[in-house]
Amino acid sequence: MSSGFHLVVCGSLVPDPLQTLEPVTGPAGPALKNEMMLPSVLDPWAGHALYEAAHLAESAPDSKVWLVSLGPKARLQQLMMSIAQKVPFELVALDGSAGGFTDPTEVAAVLANAVQGIAGLERDRLLLFGGCASASRDAGATMQMVGERLGITEQFLAVDELTVECDGSLKVLERIEGAQYQISVCAGPPAVLAWATGNLPEPPNNPQVGMVNMRSVMPALQRAQPAPVAAEGVKFLDVTVPRQQRDTRIVRDMPVDEIARELVDWIRG
Amino acid sequence: METVLYLTHTESDGSLGKPALEALSAALQLAQELDGAPPLTIGLIGGEVQAAADALAGCGAGRFMGVAGAELAVSRYSSDAAAAAALVEAAQPTLVVAAATSRFSRALPGVCQRVGGRIDTQVTELQVVDTEPRIERWYYRQRMAATLTRSQRPWFLLLAGGAFPAWEGEAGTAEVEAVPVDMPETRTRVVGTQSASADAHTIRPEADLLFVAGAGWTKKQVDGQPHVTEAEQCIREFVDAAQASLGSSKSLVDQGGEGQQVLSFMSHLHQVGQTGTTPRHRKGLATCCHGEEPHVVGWRFITERRAINLDAGCGWGQGKADVLYVADAFDVMTKVNELLGES
Ligand SMILES: Cc1cc2nc3c(=O)[nH]c(=O)nc-3n(C[C@H](O)[C@H](O)[C@H](O)COP(=O)(O)OP(=O)(O)OC[C@H]3O[C@@H](n4cnc5c(N)ncnc54)[C@H](O)[C@@H]3O)c2cc1C
Repeated sequence: MSSGFHLVVCGSLVPDPLQTLEPVTGPAGPALKNEMMLPSVLDPWAGHALYEAAHLAESAPDSKVWLVSLGPKARLQQLMMSIAQKVPFELVALDGSAGGFTDPTEVAAVLANAVQGIAGLERDRLLLFGGCASASRDAGATMQMVGERLGITEQFLAVDELTVECDGSLKVLERIEGAQYQISVCAGPPAVLAWATGNLPEPPNNPQVGMVNMRSVMPALQRAQPAPVAAEGVKFLDVTVPRQQRDTRIVRDMPVDEIARELVDWIRG
Repeated sequence: METVLYLTHTESDGSLGKPALEALSAALQLAQELDGAPPLTIGLIGGEVQAAADALAGCGAGRFMGVAGAELAVSRYSSDAAAAAALVEAAQPTLVVAAATSRFSRALPGVCQRVGGRIDTQVTELQVVDTEPRIERWYYRQRMAATLTRSQRPWFLLLAGGAFPAWEGEAGTAEVEAVPVDMPETRTRVVGTQSASADAHTIRPEADLLFVAGAGWTKKQVDGQPHVTEAEQCIREFVDAAQASLGSSKSLVDQGGEGQQVLSFMSHLHQVGQTGTTPRHRKGLATCCHGEEPHVVGWRFITERRAINLDAGCGWGQGKADVLYVADAFDVMTKVNELLGES
């Protein structure tokens, strides 16, 4: 057997966090105002998963990375313009909603299906990566469900570090309570790792990587199967943006001693 | 008719953590408010579960079920999922309530998939309206809150920490039905734990005050020089004296990866915001942090907010804080430390 990994990363787009988000009620339930027009970014934790996957693939010869992305085709194409320049991967695109108000069970079903459909994917080399939660639905549940559907019961959530040991086992650091990591050792693939921040900075754009990726990205987008996902059985009674605006007292020209006293009183109060 | 199963796991010493007790009070109330629902069933998972069951003996639950064994003394997906699935199969609930601990956040979504249920996480409110259970949960990283209900059962609810009062009550002796489980073969060995950073105990979830340090602490100051060592001392002295919990902006913790000089005790686990945490503290003080939206969404559950920034036009001054002191945080915090030291 070859020593490389088959790294499948599940990740899609979310609205740029600097955008103002406003909920609206559409025919299919809640959605975001101008959702299709909002500038989007790769879901941050899924992005970390992708960079970790590419890094691992680089260090383990004969590895390969796939990115399985569920989102509206046109917006996926836009996202790929930037992501495809970062790290090498093969895209598996699914044409459906990337909105937050979809149900993780439905999303997991289409993702698992897509993973199963990847030609040449070898289960005993499979590391299934994703973010520990999305910045849209923020459920932190999808990856575990995809793993279950694929029958993978070695699963890790909120991973910040993965080390491949000399014997091929995987040492995994997961975030747990109290600013601690749980250290586990998994004998090897297949496993599910839902990543938190990891250890890698965002890779710089590399036009050469972009060119190679785009050769497979465009056909993948053309091939993208419709993947309708919603939240069947869910009745949204209300979606609101909480009042955020505070009546800020802006204190200028107050002597430092006075500010410090005011703060100490407040801290103790 | 709804039936409610409350699932909990023990801590490593066999006790129950605060999040578990919070979820218990929510589950008890839910079972009580659901017309005609039988009393709550409690399902326990752990190395040993009797002591934890005894601690809950006075809560009014109708039934205690447990799965115990050496495999369950640690937190691991395969064994936890098998145990929780066995409890759900045995209790046949329509609603499953549990705390969103790291252990259950990892295991229960898969269990839900296994038993054909649906799951909602990040739940911050539970109500019953005309026999219909409803929840509140947040979307888009605390940007918007939704109230919803759903038709599918079993419906798993993972409750956010700090959103419900912790159950308090009499201990006693509980009769625990042992539920048999076929433990799957596991390929994962739990080795232990380690701190995220040398000073990870600066993260104090129980603290009254969150102290956030932003990237400004490591930037060039009025004299044209950065003062990282001073910043480190000043921040450390303050969080210790005030027993505050230390948080960070993303820019500050990212500096490590970008090779800049950093505060030695900061790790990604300190990061508050969109891709960090959303801690719950009564008060928060932001220093040298610009108060951009991706950071401030992590302050959703901080009630009283103050900030110190040289820039009156920073985000905090635009309705994100109650008070913004336009001042040098080095000067102010040095004085604050002095005052705290005097008393
Ligand atoms: C996808 C995505 C996800 C993100 N997630 C997060 C997240 O989870 N958390 C997060 O924090 N950010 C997040 N960000 C980044 C966010 O947009 C900001 O870039 C970041 O919060 C800025 O950090 P900062 O305020 O510490 O730094 P800066 O923007 O550099 O601000 C430094 C501040 O320090 C002040 N200052 C300097 N010296 C002093 C002094 N002596 N006294 C007082 N004030 C001083 C300056 O006036 C300035 O306001 C995210 C961004 C993206 C795109």
